[in-house]
Amino acid sequence: MSFGERFAFNFIDSKRWTYIADGLKVTLQITFLALLIGIVLGFVLAIIRSTYLKTGKLKILNLIAQVYITVIRGTPVVVQLLIIYFVIFGTVNVSKVLAAVMAFGMNSAAYVAEIVRSGIMSIDDGQFEAGRSLGFNYFQTMIYIVLPQAFKNILPALGNEFIVLLKETSVAGYIAIQDLTKGGDIIRSRTYDAMFPLLTVAVIYLVMVMIFSKLVNMLERRLRNSDH
Amino acid sequence: MTINNGETLIKVEGLKKNFGKLHALNGVSEEIRKGEVVVVVGPSGSGKSTFLRSLNLLEEPSEGKIYFEGVDITDKKVDINRHRQKMGMVFQHFNLFPHKTILQNITLAPIKLLGMSKEEADKKGMELLERVGLAEKANAYPSQLSGGQKQRIAIVRSLAMEPDVMLFDEPTSALDPEMVGEVLELMKQLAKDGMTMVVVTHEMGFAREVGSRVIFMADGEIKEQGSPKEFFEHPKDPRLQEFLSKIL
Repeated sequence: MSFGERFAFNFIDSKRWTYIADGLKVTLQITFLALLIGIVLGFVLAIIRSTYLKTGKLKILNLIAQVYITVIRGTPVVVQLLIIYFVIFGTVNVSKVLAAVMAFGMNSAAYVAEIVRSGIMSIDDGQFEAGRSLGFNYFQTMIYIVLPQAFKNILPALGNEFIVLLKETSVAGYIAIQDLTKGGDIIRSRTYDAMFPLLTVAVIYLVMVMIFSKLVNMLERRLRNSDH
Repeated sequence: MTINNGETLIKVEGLKKNFGKLHALNGVSEEIRKGEVVVVVGPSGSGKSTFLRSLNLLEEPSEGKIYFEGVDITDKKVDINRHRQKMGMVFQHFNLFPHKTILQNITLAPIKLLGMSKEEADKKGMELLERVGLAEKANAYPSQLSGGQKQRIAIVRSLAMEPDVMLFDEPTSALDPEMVGEVLELMKQLAKDGMTMVVVTHEMGFAREVGSRVIFMADGEIKEQGSPKEFFEHPKDPRLQEFLSKIL
């Protein structure tokens, strides 16, 4: 078969390209929603942890956050995915995508939490004191003064975490979700041609990561321009 | 606000502060009256900064009470944030917000805490900047300013909240010598305008010229205090005599 014929056989015949397109949609959907959970939950965990470290308050919440982060970071994401789908949602009928969103979101949150915490801790105590002395309470000081500065410092690390998240969703096939990776693999199993579909999948991930890196870089530059 | 000499603004009773085994403050009682410029001096480790930082509870006292405008602010039920709005503070290292412009540094608290509109806060901020001669820096960022300019902005930032008292924690100690003058000049102006001030400093010239009262601290206690004239010319406490002989 010529190159053109193999391409047509893998993607055009029986509209096999739809496996890739539909899979890409699912991958983006899971990544985006998991990202939201990761950011929100991650920031909450980070604020709890750094509040405890700075003031000694929120002792119990900090303990819970610490256990959560230790467990999540200490176990493989595939195992977490399987546990959420087959154990936690084992008896209730939830969509696989929802289970995946929760698994990847909760996983990402643990990593985001540690990144954000390090960002908060890197801000000089004088910034907290200046905020408090003006009459801001602890959380106002966090939101108006500390987090904007911390965010700028941790943006590269956060961007990296989101790239990892995007790529990690490729194991969603373990609970029979047809994401991008699974889509390519299905084509492989139909055509017995591994190279075309799998390389295509790899290139699509690569392009997405490159676009995302570019966006993070642009944001970084914009934030840097805003102070000198 | 009219100056009403004699009216107590801050009253401190039996203030103690321990950092682990270290006794930074060993029972300090003091009163700051309206319109006073109280200068606190002493060797390093004497507890003078801890004393100042306790006044707005940046350091939580281990023991003792602090009354501000008649309210016991060490009472856990008191909303300290509301009272802090009336107690400006200026730090050794300025602590300007690096991610905000000079004008935003000044207007942040009035907008968020006093509910001022942005226009109103900007207008007032610009007026204050004019007053200290830094209006052209309104849209600059702190990193573009010299140390002396930063500290003057830090003072303006506190003033924007219209505090009833200003606390200065070694405001000139981190400055290059040639910039000390401009900051002291602004503080002098404030004092002249009747602002109540508590100033921890090593600037004896300022204490002598501007202070209405000078306090000497050592070992977490107030060892001696008095008018600048009697304080510098007739020190009684041997520790103070030693201290003055070293620095004058």
